[in-house]
Formats: sequence, C-alpha cells, structure tokens
Amino acid sequence: MAMNAQGRQTRADAFAATDAPTFTGNKALQIEEDLIFEIGDFAGTGVDLPEPAAKESRLGDMERTSAIGLPGLSEPETMRHYVRLSQKNYAIDMGPFPLGSCTMKHNPRLNEKIARLPGFADLHPLTPEAQCQGALEVIYALETWLKELTGMPAVAMSPKAGAHGELCGMMSIRAALEARGEAATRTRVLAPESAHGTNPATAVQCGFTVDEIPADKTGRVDLAALKDMLGPDVAGIMVTNPNTCGLFERDIRAIADAVHEAGGYFYCDGANFNAIAGKVKPGDLGVDAMHINLHKTFSTPHGGGGPGSGPTVLSEALAPFAPVPYVVLEDGAYALVETRRAAKEEGESAKSLGRLTAFHGQMGMFTRALAYMMSHGLDGIAQAAEDAVLNANYVLARLKSEMTPAFDGYCMHEALFNDRFLKDTGVETIDFAKAMIDEGYHPMTMYFPLVVHGAMLIEPTESESKRELDQFCDALLSLARRAKAGEADVFKAAPVHAPRRRLDETAAARKPVLRWTPPVAEAAE
Amino acid sequence: MRYLPLNAADRRQMLDVIGAGAIDDLFADVPAKSLNADFDLPDHLGELEVERALGRMAAKNQAAGAGPFFLGCGAYKHHIPATVDHIIQRSEFLTAYTPYQPEIAQGTLQYLFEFQTQVAALAGMEVANASMYDGSTGCAEAALMARRVARRRKAILSGGLHPHYAAVTRTNLELHNDEVVIAPPDPTGAEDIAAMIDDETACVIVQNPDVFGNIRDLAPIAEAAQEKGALLVAVVTEAISFGAVKSPGEMGADIVVAEGQSIGNPLGFGGPYVGLFATRQKYVRQMPGRLCGETTDAEGKRGFVLTLSTREQHIRRDKATSNICTNSGLCSLAFTVHMSLLGEAGLRRLAMLNHEAACKTADALGAVPGVEVVNQSYFNEFTLRLPTNVEKVANALADQGVLAGVPGGRLWPDDPDTENLLIVAATECVTDADIETFETKLREAF
Repeated sequence: MAMNAQGRQTRADAFAATDAPTFTGNKALQIEEDLIFEIGDFAGTGVDLPEPAAKESRLGDMERTSAIGLPGLSEPETMRHYVRLSQKNYAIDMGPFPLGSCTMKHNPRLNEKIARLPGFADLHPLTPEAQCQGALEVIYALETWLKELTGMPAVAMSPKAGAHGELCGMMSIRAALEARGEAATRTRVLAPESAHGTNPATAVQCGFTVDEIPADKTGRVDLAALKDMLGPDVAGIMVTNPNTCGLFERDIRAIADAVHEAGGYFYCDGANFNAIAGKVKPGDLGVDAMHINLHKTFSTPHGGGGPGSGPTVLSEALAPFAPVPYVVLEDGAYALVETRRAAKEEGESAKSLGRLTAFHGQMGMFTRALAYMMSHGLDGIAQAAEDAVLNANYVLARLKSEMTPAFDGYCMHEALFNDRFLKDTGVETIDFAKAMIDEGYHPMTMYFPLVVHGAMLIEPTESESKRELDQFCDALLSLARRAKAGEADVFKAAPVHAPRRRLDETAAARKPVLRWTPPVAEAAE
Repeated sequence: MRYLPLNAADRRQMLDVIGAGAIDDLFADVPAKSLNADFDLPDHLGELEVERALGRMAAKNQAAGAGPFFLGCGAYKHHIPATVDHIIQRSEFLTAYTPYQPEIAQGTLQYLFEFQTQVAALAGMEVANASMYDGSTGCAEAALMARRVARRRKAILSGGLHPHYAAVTRTNLELHNDEVVIAPPDPTGAEDIAAMIDDETACVIVQNPDVFGNIRDLAPIAEAAQEKGALLVAVVTEAISFGAVKSPGEMGADIVVAEGQSIGNPLGFGGPYVGLFATRQKYVRQMPGRLCGETTDAEGKRGFVLTLSTREQHIRRDKATSNICTNSGLCSLAFTVHMSLLGEAGLRRLAMLNHEAACKTADALGAVPGVEVVNQSYFNEFTLRLPTNVEKVANALADQGVLAGVPGGRLWPDDPDTENLLIVAATECVTDADIETFETKLREAF
C-alpha cells in the first residue's frame, strides 16, 4: 500500500471494488432521491401566503371540496430534491452531446439574461400595441434576420416547435392548393425514406398521403426516381437539406425545378440549416417553405425536451397564406394583424391559413435567438457553420480507421457511420452507444436515418474545441478496438457507471405506470 | 467570436487531417453559384452592445409589474418563487436534450413523472402526459384525439371557449374537412351547449372558468355527451383555478386540457407556455405527446423512461397519433417546481387570494356609474359591460399606466356585440392601491 510522508494512504487499495454497495445506496456524489410524493407533507407548503379574509364565495356553488392529493415541500427540501435530480442528467454544459440531427451547441447565458428582462418576461401577450412596441420590434427584427439569412420573402413566427413549423409549411401548401382549386386532386406528398418521422406524420395531419422517394447509392434523393413519381396528384415534396445522412443534396435545384414543373411545392425540412447558415440562402435553391429550429441553429436551450420554436419562411407563392397573427410596420409603428378579417383588409393576406397558437409564438425563444444572431453577426454565423462542418469532417476523418462511414466523401455538419465495423463482434449499435456513457459521453443518434444499417449519426457542432474532439475520437477508437477484440460482455453490460443501468423499456410499455399512486395499506391479517 | 473555440491554427491542422485544402472544399456539393451568397446583415457584437440594444427594446414595453395590471384571457400574472428560476437555469436541466438515453437523464424523467402525477391530480383525471406546447395547441390535439376515439368528424365548441383556442382548433380540424360548430360568444355563460350535441358529434369543448370568467357546471354537459357517444373536452386557461373550482374530472370530462403558464411560468408575451393534457386510462394509447413511465433497471432499481412511443412519429411515421416530438420540458419543470412548493395547501390558499382579489376588484368597479358586472359567478376573472366602446377606454387607461383588462373587440373583432365588454383579471399580485387607481381612472374615462 502506497503511503505518503505522514503515513497516510495515497491511493485506494486495488482490491476495493468500485461497485461496493453502500448502506444508503448513494455513491458519493450520486445521491438516490425519492419522489416528491414520498418526501413531502400532504398538508404542508413551501410558500408563505397571507390568510385570505373569510368572505362569501362567488364560485357558483362549484367549490372544490374533495382532496387534490399534492404534497408541499419546504424550500430547502425543494432545492435539494431538484439539485439531486439535476445531477442525474447529462448536459451540453458538461461535455460533448453529439446527437446527430439535434444540434446540441453551447447555450450562451447572455441570452438567458436578455429573455428575463422584465420588459420581455413580464409582458402580457394582449398588452395594447402602444405598450408593447419593443416586443413587436424584436419579432420584426428577428423576421428580418431570418428572411435575409434564408433569402425568403416572408416568415411565419408563431409555430411553437420544429414539427409545428412543418405543420405550418404544409398547411400553407394546402391553402395554396385550395386557392388553386386543386386541394381535392393533389393529395400525395413525397418524402425520402431517410426523412425525419415528423415529415410523414405532418403530411398526414394535413390530410395528405405519403410516398417514399428512394435514395441513390450516394445517400441522396434519386432524381430519376423522383421524376417518375411526380404527377398531377402530387402536392409537394418534403426534403431535408443538408439531408439526414449529413449530405448536401447536390441536385437540389433540379429537384425543385422538377417539382415546380409538375405543379407541386417544395417543403424543405430546415432541421439542418445550421450547416449552411450564412453561407447559402435556401431561397436560391427553389424552396417554397422551410421551418427553422431556433433551438438548433440559433441555440435556444433544448431544456430537456422543449420548449422549441419553429418559425417558417415562405416563398412569394405561399406568403399570402401565412398564419395570423403577424407583425407589420406602418408609419414607424409596429402593429399586429390578428384575424382573418383584419387580414382581409390587408388585401392579399385574405387567404391566411388561420391561427396556429393562442398568441404570437415562442417570444422567449425569439429574444434568445435574436441575441444569438446579434452576438454572432453574419461573420460569426458563417464561421459557426464552417466550424460545424469542419468538426464533423474531422471526426469522420479520425474515426474512419476503426469505424465504417456510411458513405464516401466529405460530410456536412454530421458524420454518419453504419455498424459494419461491429460485424461478428457481438456488439450492436446500442451497446456501443451505451458504452460511450461509461466513457462520459452522451451517445450519438442511433438507428437513424433508417436507410443506414445500425446507423450512428455524430453531430459535434461548432461548440467543441479541437482538444475535446481529439479526446472524444480517441475514446471512440478505443471502444471500436475493444469491440473487435472480443470484449462484447463489457458493451452488453454498459453502462455501469451511470446513475442507472439499462432500463426495461418493454416492461414500461407493456404495463404503463404513468403516475405515482399512494401505497395501498396492507390488509390486516 | 467568443462562442467559437477553434482558432486559425486548429482549423488549418484539422483541414490537413481531413485532407482538404480549404474549408469550401467541404461545401463542394453546394451549387457553386449559391455558395457564399451575399447577405445584408451586420457583423458580430460584444456582450455589452447586444445587451444595450435589446435592453432598449425591452424598455419600450410596459411590464405587468410596472403598474396596476388586470389582463388575463389565457395568460396570468402570478408571483413566481425565486427558487423556480434558479432550478430551471441549472445546466443539467437547461442544456439537456429530450431524455432518449434514460440512464443519464433520470433527472428529467423523474420530474416528468412527478409532473404527470401532479397534472392528473389537479385535473381530477387518471393520466396526464409530459405536456404540450401550450393550452391552445393542446385543445386542438384534444379535438383530434376525440375524433380518433369517437370515429366521428364533428366538434362543437362552446361560445365561452377562448376565441384563439377555438381558432387554433378550427384550423387543425379543417385540414380534415371536419365540421366545426362554434357557438356565439355568450358573456353570461347561459348557453345550452348540451342541446347542440347530436349523434355525429365527436366532442364538445367547454372552457371552465369560461373566457368571460363564468364558472360552469360541466356535469350535465358530460352526461349529454356520454348519452350521444361524444367526448367532453374541458379546457382550463387559469391553472390556479384548480385550487378552488371543482375539477373537470369530478364533473365527468373525458379529456382535460389546460394552460399551465400560471404555475411557475412568466407571461413572456405569449410563450413559451406549457400545455397540460389529461385523460382517462382507457384512452391512454390515443393520447398525443410524450409520456414518461416507471420501470426498473438491470439491477432492479426504480427508474423512469419515455414510454408508449409506438404512438409517436419517430416510430409510427405516417400512422402516428400526432407529429409532435417535443414537450414543453423546461416550462413543465418550472410548473412542477412551483407546484411542489405550493402543495395542495398553498395552491388552495393562493386560489382563494385570487378569488378575493377578483371579488374586491369587481365590487369596486361595479360601483362605477354605468358599469355592470356581467357574471353571476367567477374565480379570478370577470366581465364588465360599459356604456361605450371599451377599446378606447382601455387604451386611454393604458396610456395612464393602468392595464385595465382585455377589450371584447380584441378577441372578437368580428362581433360588434362584444365591443362594450371588458374582461378583467385580478390575481394575488393586485394590491388595494391598484384597485383604487383602476376605479378612479375608470370613473374619469367616460
């Protein structure tokens, strides 16, 4: 046993097991935490409120008299509960979060500060226009940035998330078809096999049917096959560009032209706009509608699954159908067009597709995104796109000695691998991903896109330093070697160092337990 | 640029490893004439400059806390404990993704499980999902769910439903060429919506308290719906009312949709908010949105996962129940933290403080000559009828620093019958001095 000069032990004994059980079940900084329903007092509260004066109620004899059943926690209990829970989460602030297609980049805290200014955070959505000019100015300024970056003439700001933006875009297409008297005949939407699941789901939600466009062997839309599918029953196409394989659709102009010639519209899924922002204007590529994930490209925090924000840019052909409300600038003052009737007075805007949400969209994300854009400027936005593409290609180049890229050549902002390098190792993509957790990384996107076997889609983003990327690549190379060296058992068991081992998702779905219920008192014997 | 870690030497070295001569070699698939387009946009700014520019815009707005404030109609000013904002700004919550890797996302998953339990309890229902974008989109999703369950294509919307909620629902149902019947706005809450339900009705959507503030008894509507094989969708835009008013579940609702903003989330000019969505156990597989469920890990320890994802777009694609792929994660965290602090005891007390503030405000304003309080019942929001077009009055008061309420004309621009109506909300944030100022200014206003 190694001792220092004071005779104290300087390192743990080799035989001391790392997974030795503890009395509490805690493991040093990993503290087990019960549910609030097990911690809290059902008669308690963590807020100090004055006693309401006893007066007659005007609730129309509809008082809630039965118990609700909610515990109250004191402030220290509350703080401890959520801090302990937080320590069971991985986060972009802790390390690389290379989820392809999800774009986990740094979330600047300036943006949080701006969004919390009382003039924005404490502003009611139905404040009279004269008292919210600054908020309308934010929306208008963000519109200006988005229109210029995309080269599109209009943008609908109200969609609440990317999928909601898709809905907005496809609804605009449907409204345009209705105006042309072709809504009943143009009912088919074409989307690549590699599309995000939201694309077909959105098209169906808009009353369309969906057919899959095959991919060519380079991972892109098969142009000839697409042309064969086009016809008078096609409403439009939904194509992601750069696509979900992390590749730019080289034939994008030809695709757009063919669709337009056939009388359809081109919906571009803008999930990967971050790869080309400040470099390429989608409007130059023939796009009719594209949603922009402010939470991806413009770095509003993902927040553990939302809130997102999905403003949707529209071409001249679709702009008249934009949803209400929207902001206009008249005689130096900003105003809101809130209804179809008011829109009618605007002339062309009479055809608005309607309303997508109660108010004006995700204002809290608008302030953050605008702060991000102003901070980056055009130069920073273009540099961010370049760095994102550079980082992905660096990962691709460094990993291809041990892992198998799905396609030849350079990629855009994400590097896609198949599972061929794991053939006959007994290790599957999911095992490889779970082993990354033990190495301190969030796994990459797995099994997507569906067109690549055992897909692993790595999107490092521009936020990673070279040093961080090197360490990440070294770790993945080491895992690939270990898989090939026959250490499948290690992979199958992973993760072993996370707050939980693999969870039984099948059991969760078979007999769903979706809420806590009070323990049933054991019947007296 | 302060957000980008790579320097010129890194970039050069990395290009060498890649084997590319210049960065634009990596963009070779982009049509050459479209690459490096011209943009008319400014260059980057320092933190100070950005803060200054956006601070100037913020200063042009009248914050709710800046003076007497009585706006509601789907968004409410409530006090948010300091703890809430601290917790939602923790890196591990703020900068995490959707919890697809449950082993390293138990923090998010556990609070979602707790959130679902709280929401189900508040609504008086059996199950709740992990949240929707907001109340209005949740309302539309409820109508879509009802048409799946009932296999019918007609929705009846109460005239007391927030007109923006009605518009969002109509926009979504019209995509399927469904029939949407919207009853005319009725500030007294006396409409006989039950009589409108027929054998083709998939759902009837009723807000409680309604947009004018009236408290409805949903039980007879639920009975009528059930008799005809239709679902009752109950909408609640003021979540604090769950602490005072009989829950929709107790009154027989099949789906409960609510705007959760009031608990834990700031007004934020309309978003992001958090939609609450609850229903009966038997409909759980028809629900839209994310669901978190309990399970065990390989060592038998309790843990949580996203579940029933076979309803969702990433698995089911064109057969999904909805295209939704996010919830309102961080807003649901704010909700559940605030709710954990309140507990049932705190919520009930807070609700009664709101009711008391509204009663005081109604008494004061109702005493102004010419002003009539329309409601027989209300929680923290009620409707005034003025002898004049209220938009001018409200704007005049706003110019004097009093945000007096939402004019009927703002919500129903097509309906002249609502021109003289002013919908007034009063929460625990309203002081006696605020009420007095409002009353005085209102007396002077016409």
